[in-house]
Amino acid sequence: MRSAELTKRNFKEVWRDPISLALTIGLPVLMLVVLQALKNADDFFSPSSLAPGVAVFGFVMLMFSAAMSLSRDRESSLFSRLLTTPLKPSEFATGYSLPYLPVAIIQAIVIFAIAAVFGLEISGSAVLVAFILLVCAVMFIALGMIIGSLFTQNQVPFVYMVILLLAIFGGAWVDVESIGGVFKTVGDWFPFAHALSAARDVMSTGAGFSDVSGDLSWLVGYTVIIVGFALIAFRRKMVE
Amino acid sequence: MTSAAEVSTAISASALTKHYDDFVAVDGIDLEVERGELFALLGPNGAGKTTTIKMLCCLLRPTAGTASVMGHDVSTDPLGVKSVIALSPQETAIAEHVSAWDNLSLMAGSHGIDKATAKARSGELLEMMGLVDRADERVKKYSGGMKRRLSIAMALVTEPQVLFLDEPTLGLDPQSRRAIWSYIEELKGETTILLTTHYLEEADALADRIEIIDEAKIVALGTPDELKGSISDGQVTVVEAAGMTADAIEALRQTYPEVKATATGVEIEGSVVNLYDIQDVLRPRGIVVESSYQKQVTLDDVFLELTGKQLRE
Ligand SMILES: Nc1ncnc2c1ncn2[C@@H]1O[C@H](COP(=O)(O)OP(=O)(O)OP(=O)(O)O)[C@@H](O)[C@H]1O
Ligand SMILES: [Mg+2]
Repeated sequence: MRSAELTKRNFKEVWRDPISLALTIGLPVLMLVVLQALKNADDFFSPSSLAPGVAVFGFVMLMFSAAMSLSRDRESSLFSRLLTTPLKPSEFATGYSLPYLPVAIIQAIVIFAIAAVFGLEISGSAVLVAFILLVCAVMFIALGMIIGSLFTQNQVPFVYMVILLLAIFGGAWVDVESIGGVFKTVGDWFPFAHALSAARDVMSTGAGFSDVSGDLSWLVGYTVIIVGFALIAFRRKMVE
Repeated sequence: MTSAAEVSTAISASALTKHYDDFVAVDGIDLEVERGELFALLGPNGAGKTTTIKMLCCLLRPTAGTASVMGHDVSTDPLGVKSVIALSPQETAIAEHVSAWDNLSLMAGSHGIDKATAKARSGELLEMMGLVDRADERVKKYSGGMKRRLSIAMALVTEPQVLFLDEPTLGLDPQSRRAIWSYIEELKGETTILLTTHYLEEADALADRIEIIDEAKIVALGTPDELKGSISDGQVTVVEAAGMTADAIEALRQTYPEVKATATGVEIEGSVVNLYDIQDVLRPRGIVVESSYQKQVTLDDVFLELTGKQLRE
């Protein structure tokens, strides 16, 4: 595996940046705790409803951090020197994205562990929930790769804001089902609402695989397309 | 795709051209570097040396022209090119947050070199570069020269067939510079090396052949001796005289069209210079000749002659 050393270097780079780690793991946790403290009778604030949303919020942070560091690296002379090695675009993509997967997994575990303290209950299959979140994580990391390869460090925050708003109003935060109307129509076109509704259904109503397969196919379909675009973005950046 | 005719040629470029919008950075450069040859590209700042190297390393797409490295075309077979080359870029290019070992493994691993080989070669290079003692430290804490040495070692660790060194000894102390020179000497014959440098004595001592480029074009090509021989008889007459005036130089030019002003007086190409003629011109103008002597033409003189520019240093 020619990309192993690149993966290792980027992995160290990620774990030796305490500030961005604190942001990507700490901020969602803080959010969860604050929202739990403000908790009212509203069902939406129940841990089971909240935890997947907070996890997705964490993934959006992770996407931002991945996009920023790829964008920064891309302008470095080290990156152009790596472009003179026989590494292929797919190996670059692996080397830059793989280190974020463990961060995403830890994020989700920490968030769910804290939500458990607040009384989180999973009526359905925990494995299914984990699978949904994993696909989500892959999707957001790949999105980060696309953003990081196409935009400069100054542009990345704006693109991040757009994705964040899409995620929030697309169902990660606002309950598009209950608002309905244009929010629901727009939200349904994006993967975020589908991911969230699948996770919430499994957790609160004990829905099984076949019950959420519609939402899941949206999520998986989007993820495949986004990963494909990430590879294209890497290929485009191989020669100026 | 290596045919018999290409076997002896490691790098070849024909009419290689790079435009940045309207600006022409490299203008139809031809290049033929033999296998095992150490070839130097010389030129003033902005001449187009780095741009040429970037095109040969597949980092920049040529606007026009073709180039190939070990028979692999840079446009159609970049992966083939990349598998046989290594580049030590002009700027220091290292991963700051990891150790020197990690940096070397990164390059070796990206070339698919196994761990044991990578470790052995890295050890030797760290030794040569005087970095062994601090090889486990994050390189962020290194001095500028140490980073530079590591950056060069990262190009050597893959033992490439063709090595591009863009100003390798820039910013190094004399001791490190000598270490790198002797390492390059050892590679000569085995590895094809394309070197750019601003140290003319470096090119003179190391290079088999030199190509001088100026304002995006080739102005000369030859062995160091051929280039030096291109100036009259390989000698320069130096006349030191304080208070030289433009008017005096103009008058000297009547007899010696190639006269050049220097900081301390004038220089005239060739050894057959009549000092009395010169004094006849200078004395009436109140300029006293303090000394005059002859020296061997250096690459500096050739460079100045061809480009009208003095290299820094
Ligand atoms: N990205 C770019 N956009 C526009 N012009 C560029 C770019 N890169 C280089 N140039 C221009 O191309 C010309 C050649 O640059 P190059 O870096 O090849 O010079 P060089 O011979 O390596 O000089 P030096 O000795 O200073 O390293 C310069 O005039 C430079 O300003
Ligand atoms: Mg240069």
